[in-house]
Amino acid sequence: MSEPTFGNLAWIRIAVLSGLFAVWGLASSAVDKVHFPGPITVMKVVWSDWIMDASATWSDALAPSLFRLILGFALASLGALGLGVAIGRSRTLGDYTEPIIHFVRAIPPPALLPLFIVLFGIGDLQKIVLISIGVFPPILLNTIDGVRSVDPLLLDTAASFRVSRARRIYQVVIPAAAPKIFAGLRIAIAIAVILMVISELVAATNGLGFRIVRSSRQFKYVDVWAGIVVLGVLGSVLNGILGAVERRVLGWNSL
Amino acid sequence: MSLTTLPVNSATSGLGRISQLLRVPTSWVRGAAGFAVLFAAAEVFTRAELVTPSYLPRASSILAETANLVTTGSFWSATQATMKAWLLGMLVATAIAVPLGMLLGLNTLAHTAANMVIELFRPIPSVALIPIGILQFGRGIDLKIALIAYACLWPILFNTIHGVHAVDSIRVDSAKVFGLSRRQRITGVYLPSSAPFIFTGLKIASSVALILAVSVEIVAGGREGLGILLEGARQLGELKLSYAVIIMLGVIGVVLQAVFEFVERRAFGWTKFSGGDS
Repeated sequence: MSEPTFGNLAWIRIAVLSGLFAVWGLASSAVDKVHFPGPITVMKVVWSDWIMDASATWSDALAPSLFRLILGFALASLGALGLGVAIGRSRTLGDYTEPIIHFVRAIPPPALLPLFIVLFGIGDLQKIVLISIGVFPPILLNTIDGVRSVDPLLLDTAASFRVSRARRIYQVVIPAAAPKIFAGLRIAIAIAVILMVISELVAATNGLGFRIVRSSRQFKYVDVWAGIVVLGVLGSVLNGILGAVERRVLGWNSL
Repeated sequence: MSLTTLPVNSATSGLGRISQLLRVPTSWVRGAAGFAVLFAAAEVFTRAELVTPSYLPRASSILAETANLVTTGSFWSATQATMKAWLLGMLVATAIAVPLGMLLGLNTLAHTAANMVIELFRPIPSVALIPIGILQFGRGIDLKIALIAYACLWPILFNTIHGVHAVDSIRVDSAKVFGLSRRQRITGVYLPSSAPFIFTGLKIASSVALILAVSVEIVAGGREGLGILLEGARQLGELKLSYAVIIMLGVIGVVLQAVFEFVERRAFGWTKFSGGDS
């Protein structure tokens, strides 16, 4: 199907966005304004409470949340990458371990939260462990898949040129598997944000999710909506960063 | 060394012999062996009591608790409550996402416009909407259905659009030549051709729906569900029960995936692609 292009794309963008805000505003004035405030009310709170009060936003919500998210994500990525290369290179090891991995992946990660609260308390440790375990299976399975899809000709060529085993892994296997690995990381970042938020909603003393649930308990629903907007922006930014890294790393592989 | 003793020939190894006796693939026997080794290691580790047994009970006692759990009525009514929300949420999401995906896939202008709206909404983590959802839907099944439908909308919608775009233009042109109306083309050409993609979307959505069902139950509470069983076990300090429910949730997840993969092979085995993306 041919895709006609629109020269006036910017106009469509502006029209769509203003249409969306108009619908939001009309909907909120049609229903209950306390539970469902309009866009201007919400954006005012985003401006006054989140942007103007940047130091509190950072120390109270963003810094603790990002710390948990990034550490949990990074630990799982490193572990899953190493294990994934090992399993992907050995069919036998794959046969032994893959059913276990598929079983662990099938467990909805938030189900671990009540248990982890008992085991690890309500602090950073519990949240980091939860995020790591939740994002581990998708990264691992994609790495295995990517490593298996490496062209054997590349490996044979490298082997016949007597390239060492370690260099073959770093310079042949991982680059060739990278597109699949990035696909896994993309799935993982969405899961990581969900687990960060849910663990902060249920039990925490700071973080973005905690701020939302605190506002909700104080019946400040405008603040809850503002928190959701901020989370949406954070999600977009994280996706954008991952996309930029991906383009940089996979620039050679212009798909 | 003769050829038959090479380790490559799995038929001569112990596990290979078992797989021959049982007439199942070696990979199955190896998978079972993997689980057995994991269990044995967990049993040894938990018997060593390096961690307090109240936190990490013996692996065998967790398995016994799991076996006991599936004989209780409370487990099955909780499972029923969770899976009912799963099913209804998926149905609502499909009923919205498939027609919308058809529309957006066929109309470039609508697609361009909708993309901007979608890019605004998609990054919002669905669980963050629970506190707001409680106000609108209470803490019962309606809340679960609403959030499952919201979260599952995206994978089904994207895969439907993707499927419509992947339809072979020769089929569409042929349908036009034979004088099929737009509606007939949609039901007769676009829908069946994009069905494998839509199904991939449903498969992804099925695990998203289970995640959301349990999440809502844990965060919002309510009367019945597996997440509520987990929260109850936490409050009573019955960790063995927590482990057992988590294992059963894994079993449910595996069964759901297996069902979707079985249907996929049966219904769409004729397609070369099992394509689509999240």
